[in-house]
Amino acid sequence: MKVVVHVQLREGVLDPQGKAIAGALNTLGFAGVVDARQSKVIALDLEDMDESTARARVDEMCRKLLANTVIETYSVSIEPAG
Amino acid sequence: MVWHADHDLPDVDIVLLPGGFSYGDYLRSGAIAARAPVMHDVIAHAKRGGYVVGICNGFQVLTEAQLLPGALLRNANLHFVCRSVHLQIANPDTGFTCAYGSGAVPQIPVAHHDGNYFADAKTLDRMEGEGQVVFRYCDNPNGSARDIAGIINEKGNVLGMMPHPERAVDPATGGTDGRAFFESLMRGVR
Repeated sequence: MKVVVHVQLREGVLDPQGKAIAGALNTLGFAGVVDARQSKVIALDLEDMDESTARARVDEMCRKLLANTVIETYSVSIEPAG
Repeated sequence: MVWHADHDLPDVDIVLLPGGFSYGDYLRSGAIAARAPVMHDVIAHAKRGGYVVGICNGFQVLTEAQLLPGALLRNANLHFVCRSVHLQIANPDTGFTCAYGSGAVPQIPVAHHDGNYFADAKTLDRMEGEGQVVFRYCDNPNGSARDIAGIINEKGNVLGMMPHPERAVDPATGGTDGRAFFESLMRGVR
């Protein structure tokens, strides 16, 4: 099963890479780009299991490794089995 | 020397996690190393009150292992910074700074890309109140909160710092201002 974890810096944590991206977009002539925030997407391929088990396991993975909750927040989406 | 995949730490007084991108920066700086097998023993050593020192990449590992508060972010100006900086000793009464004379302003090299120390304001206030801020930059090279260059844990036996005192121990290679750091440690373990 496919699970997508989205990890982003908390609000208020400086994101200099995002700022550089916003600056470059403005330089390219894309007026009106006020800010940009860079984040991470981690796509996991797990053995099939029921959704609540998967959600609990991935949540534990996020807390133990995938996100540093001092500076980041995360969200998990589980793709429907197809 | 202990390998990251080892499970046992020999009987030692001080564990030093050196810098130099020794552990890679995959996912986040120090993130994977902080979960390496040997870290179980390093954490146990710290919990027993043993000295643990993390320099540069080692500092990042210690915050990721939650032995120290906060986190190290990308330098605010995005540049890799590699130069000598002057440090203020914010707490001279620690096992890492006691050999520095009062008013010492050691000049120590820094070389890092992710040295921008971050913690929320409440945590920073608490750390400052408890004397956990040990070194500050005189001229902040990376955007660190409150000019923080090095910190200790609440018990005072775990230290992390971005500057490299081990690169300032010989007049032939950039001065000797780092020596008092190691002399302080030796006093503590004798």
